[in-house]
Amino acid sequence: MLGKLTLAAIPFDEPIPLATSVVLIVVIGSLLTWITVKGYWAYLYREWFTSVDHKRIGVMYCLLALVMLLRGFADALMMRSQQAMAIAGAPGYLPPEHYDQIFSAHGTIMIFFTAMPFVIGLMNFVLPLQLGVRDVAFPTLNSVSFWLTASGVLLINVSLVIGEFARTGWLAYPPLSELKYSPGVGVDYYLWSLQIAGVGTLLSGINLVTTILKMRAPGMTLTRMPVFCWTSLASNLLIVAAFPILTATFAMLSLDRYLGFHFFTDDAGGNSMMYMNLIWAWGHPEVYILILPSFGIFSEVISTFSGKPLFGYRSMIAATMAICVLSFLVWLHHFFTMGAGADVNAFFGITTMIIAVPTGVKVFNWLFTMYGGRVRFTVPIWWSLSFMVTFVIGGMTGVLLAVPPADFVLHNSLFLVAHFHNVIIGGVLFGVFAGYTYWFPKAFGFTLHEGWGKAAVFCWTLGFYLAFMPLYVLGLMGATRRMQHIDDPSWTPMLYVAMVGALVIAAGILCLVIQLVVSIRDRDNRRDLTGDPWDGRSLEWATPSPPPVFNFAVMPNVEGEEAYWGIKRTAIEQQRLADEPQYEAIEMPHNSPTGVITAFFASVMGFAMIWHIWWMVILGALGAFATFVWFAWRDEDEYEIPAEEVARIDRERRRVRTEVLLPSLSRPA
Amino acid sequence: MSDAVTRADHHPHHDPHKLGRAHGGGHGHHGPDTKHTIGAGEHGPASKRIIVGYGFWIFLLSDIIMFSAIFATYAVLHGATAGGPTSAQLFDLSNVAIETGCLLISSFICGLAMIAAHERHMLWTQIGLVFTGLFGLAFLVLELREFADMIAHGAGPQRSAFLSSFFTLVGCHGLHVTVGLLWLGTMMAQVWAKGFTQPIQRRLLCFSLFWHALDIIWVALFTIVYLLGAGQ
Amino acid sequence: MSSHDQGVYEEDLAPGDEHSQVLAGVRGYAVGLILATGLTATSFWVAATHSLWGPGVPIGLCVLAIAQMGIHLAFFLHITTGPDNTNNVLALAFGVLIVFLVVAGSLWIMANMNANMMPMPMNQMTNLQMQHG
Repeated sequence: MLGKLTLAAIPFDEPIPLATSVVLIVVIGSLLTWITVKGYWAYLYREWFTSVDHKRIGVMYCLLALVMLLRGFADALMMRSQQAMAIAGAPGYLPPEHYDQIFSAHGTIMIFFTAMPFVIGLMNFVLPLQLGVRDVAFPTLNSVSFWLTASGVLLINVSLVIGEFARTGWLAYPPLSELKYSPGVGVDYYLWSLQIAGVGTLLSGINLVTTILKMRAPGMTLTRMPVFCWTSLASNLLIVAAFPILTATFAMLSLDRYLGFHFFTDDAGGNSMMYMNLIWAWGHPEVYILILPSFGIFSEVISTFSGKPLFGYRSMIAATMAICVLSFLVWLHHFFTMGAGADVNAFFGITTMIIAVPTGVKVFNWLFTMYGGRVRFTVPIWWSLSFMVTFVIGGMTGVLLAVPPADFVLHNSLFLVAHFHNVIIGGVLFGVFAGYTYWFPKAFGFTLHEGWGKAAVFCWTLGFYLAFMPLYVLGLMGATRRMQHIDDPSWTPMLYVAMVGALVIAAGILCLVIQLVVSIRDRDNRRDLTGDPWDGRSLEWATPSPPPVFNFAVMPNVEGEEAYWGIKRTAIEQQRLADEPQYEAIEMPHNSPTGVITAFFASVMGFAMIWHIWWMVILGALGAFATFVWFAWRDEDEYEIPAEEVARIDRERRRVRTEVLLPSLSRPA
Repeated sequence: MSDAVTRADHHPHHDPHKLGRAHGGGHGHHGPDTKHTIGAGEHGPASKRIIVGYGFWIFLLSDIIMFSAIFATYAVLHGATAGGPTSAQLFDLSNVAIETGCLLISSFICGLAMIAAHERHMLWTQIGLVFTGLFGLAFLVLELREFADMIAHGAGPQRSAFLSSFFTLVGCHGLHVTVGLLWLGTMMAQVWAKGFTQPIQRRLLCFSLFWHALDIIWVALFTIVYLLGAGQ
Repeated sequence: MSSHDQGVYEEDLAPGDEHSQVLAGVRGYAVGLILATGLTATSFWVAATHSLWGPGVPIGLCVLAIAQMGIHLAFFLHITTGPDNTNNVLALAFGVLIVFLVVAGSLWIMANMNANMMPMPMNQMTNLQMQHG
């Protein structure tokens, strides 16, 4: 009746998972109770869960990412403390089978459920605003994408309480992940949560590519788009090109596990190396999917706070698109040691080094943008500065690893671990934090606290260096990754430093949390009434903060690069805003529960597949099909915002703009 | 943030080191004579039909890339028969030829149905869609019969890596055809119940793209799997 | 955005769209069907006959398949080289590039690996393990 699911699936005999489960259940339970008591369900359902507004969905993505950052970081702390304790014969406090689940969950969560949602959330929020349009191409699909990601998050967290997670590492290499060696449900949790979230990501990529290529304000030609739009375009093209490979690979591993196929098994002709090959054909583009939008954020931030247009706009575009294509030519460098010949290894080593060239172009562009500018040292610019130093180090160790003979020494060592944390923390994470601080006032109408933000930058930067520089050294000394205990006592000092570094990063996370809490508490003093708190240059700053649901009352007419800067300068020079436009009624899409319902059935189906509850799988599939038919049956579902309402909102915006941009005009009144 | 609220006017109007370009919008990259042929842009967002069609086109490309991963696996594992039957022993080309014919005719009729739908002719559209579906169904039946036959002869997907990849590749295409048939059914019902509204025309466009794309994948499939496989 | 649905200026077309009359449309599909049938028949004939030079057959089949895909794209999906189709063609080109990289890259890598790793019969491997164990 319940397949493999029995009471034994709940870890009653293991204190740590049990305690974690209890805490988790209590926290979630009290949160749900609080929502119920306060009667917020209706509001949440109406305004957020069923919302198809790209801004709301973007915010939900970012929130999801922040929550999962806490979860993933808890895993990191456990790993660091285990390694600091279990030295030279000491057992530490995590048994191997538990430790293996923790490092697998850490990698999976940080990449798929922290970095990805954060990046996609920011793109979702910003792109339509920067392009000067009212929503993404397919608003309801956008909601489906988000909820499928949330469904993946749900499944991966359920694995904490019911059953177990994979013990295979974050990419679940076979043959270890095959049924023969991983008979439990851990790998199945991994497969289904990522498969479901992956479909969500793919749909989101399709949506955003279409938005960028087909929906832009009049006059917003491709070469007038802000660089963030370009890097997002490249990133989403990579999503469209890479995620199907992941889907296919996971599907094949699932067939091995569920139906006894022989793709990656070690008998009947299966070839586990094909899995590594395919997973990295997805995996390498994936890291560029994450980093490219971050590059875009830094470009926006550095240009804005330097008070200058971005240096080398066109070379930035060229570099972005070059990376987009090159990222599909380097995947073998993740398995140089697997046994390919010198010619293959040399080819992929060289392409890997070549990809450093466009990245270098970008770094110089940012430097030259700041050079000669009047730089305002706000929190986003501090993130950017920390990024530039840190990321360049990570890039250089990357080029070092791209040399196949060096890689034979360093493969799967802590040097590699240090390298990719170097680029992902120093590049992706600092980028999304910069973007989070930069666009927060646009989303919520008040700015984030500067002091706590700077403290967060400081702690994260210091913590990063303390935590990962020792790992570079340890890697060169021969320490391999994923070790549950350490035999060589001479590694102790470095492991202690790394542990301290992790604690400093924890302080950085705490600073971020405090920053958010303090800013919400003091929001009335922190209001951004202007809609343009940073003296921005692109169209999102032309809207009030937070923007109305339709973003722009009248689509802006773009006449050059840096669309809003142009409008602003013209207004100041002519001492008046452009003439009031003819307001028309605006049609906006209705809210839709399609996303929530789809994700519900996806979760049910995923859970049933994991536990082999076949009747529930069928039920889930039927439900999903019924949802599809029901959704397909809909008629055009748009509602109209009357012209008077549009006019009222926009006149208020114009009044504020006049006050801010043309103080001499508004003062007498 | 206090200084952030002070305005634009205290920013340098000159770039002392000539590194950045001048301030303000537009730096000679625009003008009425500049033709940007790539995509909409000059005139704002494209029409909904173009947006929907293009989005679906991108989806189809991603689907084709998914197939390419399975194709690559098939090609790599083609020789890994583990002592079991090889492709040359298994494939019956006359059956494949009939399948190919079914799918091609189905694709052709689908095109005719789209012309009828464009002309808003209910009867011909429905007849076209029915025959599109029937030929698709015939294809599916033939494929399933082939599968059943192979499994009955001990050449099921569990036999060897080669057969795993064969069943997955061909089966994945078959699954797409099945999904297409379900979609076709709902489209016929929608056309019947609501007539040729704009949304339905767009959905028909997507369906026809999907159906034709499946035929393209089948071309790659019968060439690489069956024709090349039978000869080896 | 429905106000744009009947937009006067369309710089581009949706994939699958064409601007033509019923007869011309049917003629297009019919031409496509005839060409595709011809190519398919040729493919099957090439695979079945023994009168052709053996090593050339796979290449010939691939060429025929690519030609037929082109026919499908042009006559059924109406992907043409016209300026209104630029975006669709660019997307297609990107997709084809990725397909090529994934397939060719995988084949190259795996063939190279198989050649270098010299697969060992199962019993030999067990012997090795027993010696070391």
